[in-house]
Amino acid sequence: MGKYWHVFGLGLQNHLAYRVNFFARALFGLVPLLAMLQLWGTIYAGRGDAATLGGLTLAQMLSYYLIAQVVDALSAVTDDDWQIAADIKDGNISQFLLKPVDYLWYRLSLFAAGRATYVMVAALPLGVFLFWFREHLVWPADGAQWLAFGLSLVLAALLQFFLSFALAALAFWVLEVSTFIFIVYAFEYLASGHLFPLDLLPAGLQRVMMLTPFPYQLYFPVSVYLGNTTGRELISGLLLQGAWVLAAWAFARFLWARGLRKYAAVGG
Amino acid sequence: MRPPNAPPSPAPPAPPRGAAARYAGIYAALVRNSLAREMAFKTNFLLWIVVELLWLALQLCFIGVLYRHTETIGSWTHWQVVLLIGASNFIQQIFHALVLINLSNLSELVRTGKLDFLLLLPVNTRFIVSLRQVDLGALVNATVAVGVMGYAAGQLGLRPTALQLAGFGALCLLGVAVHYSLMLLLAAVCFWTVKAQGIVWGYYNLFNIARLPDEAFRGAFKVVFTFALPMLLVSNVPVRLLADKLDSGRPVLVLLAVALLCFVVSELGWRASLRRYTSASS
Repeated sequence: MGKYWHVFGLGLQNHLAYRVNFFARALFGLVPLLAMLQLWGTIYAGRGDAATLGGLTLAQMLSYYLIAQVVDALSAVTDDDWQIAADIKDGNISQFLLKPVDYLWYRLSLFAAGRATYVMVAALPLGVFLFWFREHLVWPADGAQWLAFGLSLVLAALLQFFLSFALAALAFWVLEVSTFIFIVYAFEYLASGHLFPLDLLPAGLQRVMMLTPFPYQLYFPVSVYLGNTTGRELISGLLLQGAWVLAAWAFARFLWARGLRKYAAVGG
Repeated sequence: MRPPNAPPSPAPPAPPRGAAARYAGIYAALVRNSLAREMAFKTNFLLWIVVELLWLALQLCFIGVLYRHTETIGSWTHWQVVLLIGASNFIQQIFHALVLINLSNLSELVRTGKLDFLLLLPVNTRFIVSLRQVDLGALVNATVAVGVMGYAAGQLGLRPTALQLAGFGALCLLGVAVHYSLMLLLAAVCFWTVKAQGIVWGYYNLFNIARLPDEAFRGAFKVVFTFALPMLLVSNVPVRLLADKLDSGRPVLVLLAVALLCFVVSELGWRASLRRYTSASS
């Protein structure tokens, strides 16, 4: 365990070197967010103050996008999948086969370090932004809801990471994984609720989406935060999210083991 | 060695002609080169087209879901916004086809000092830096965008006159010019910071606004993205012309003025940046 703390520390230092890049990313990311908030503001304004769309009030809709941005900052995989694929392609993983370091945990430590750094850097612009929209921001009702949100957030981050790891492991078989990553990302963008809350979908379609792991990457934690998922639904949701995390982890492990059998250490 | 389906070899060099003809000849050679390069990785070429089509489908999906819950955004109806998405995609894909890869490669050229070789060529440097490689997949996607526009126009029952179509085409080209000028300025930042990978990512965020209807926005946001970074003009104005949503000629004039301004600023910025180039240690 200690060695992975060490990796985490190294990752922090490494990522801090790119703090300007992170800051620019966080700042640029606010532009489409602001566009979305204004777009929904205009749509609600056209329907009267008390309007609800898909069961969401204006405050809930705006909070959805704001909190989704926070969840995204805390849990999104940005560069890790490209780096893993590059490590495989360039033969850099050979050294991990010789050392008592597990590559999956090594990458997870780096991922955690990357998120920690990103949040540190993005806290200021994102914080100012949230404060600016404080009138529209809804808060969890009590400590239990905060706790459930925190838990689902951690599980969402793990799910994102393991799925990305599995996808990057395709580099054992194909030369160029970026197209695959982008194709999956496109589905993820819709089904995770990145583009709009899944409540807006027709009920049948929403149920189909909830059968995939994607909503548990973003939609579910935000929904827990907003208090739209409570009681029995919350418990079963968290259990299902945990099950997806385990499945994604097992899948990543499986692909990795199969890939190593094919691995030829090109250039390593 | 030439891939089997590459076009025939270029004709032997013709005697000296005018500058325009000379540059046309150079560009034809660049296009042939890009085609040969793409055909070396056919699967990848096709997969990238699929990726872009998926993102277009995603945008249409978003608008479809949005209009399940509302009739209009400002005065924009569902099929007008679909037309807008088609047009903004068309403009963006043309921009991708002609210049995007070249500008995103610029920071790499500066970092490694490979820009030296381009500076030494007996052609205009901005020309060769901007247009060296053509992304042919984007041209395929541009035709799909035209299809989307055609379908939306059919749903709206539009019967555009030849003049409207010509104006629409010209305004779209103006939009491409705006994207190009702004992206060149962004890319030129690498002459100062060297590492500028985040730039293409930043570009996507900014330019995403171009496919949303202008009436959704108010206040400072609208002012900034109309006059400073004219994202709310580049595709909204041509679509307004095509869909008979233009009350006066003013938006067209504003787009024209802002495009011209962007072009001048980018040329000045480009010259200032190039002066900072010191090559890399070799």
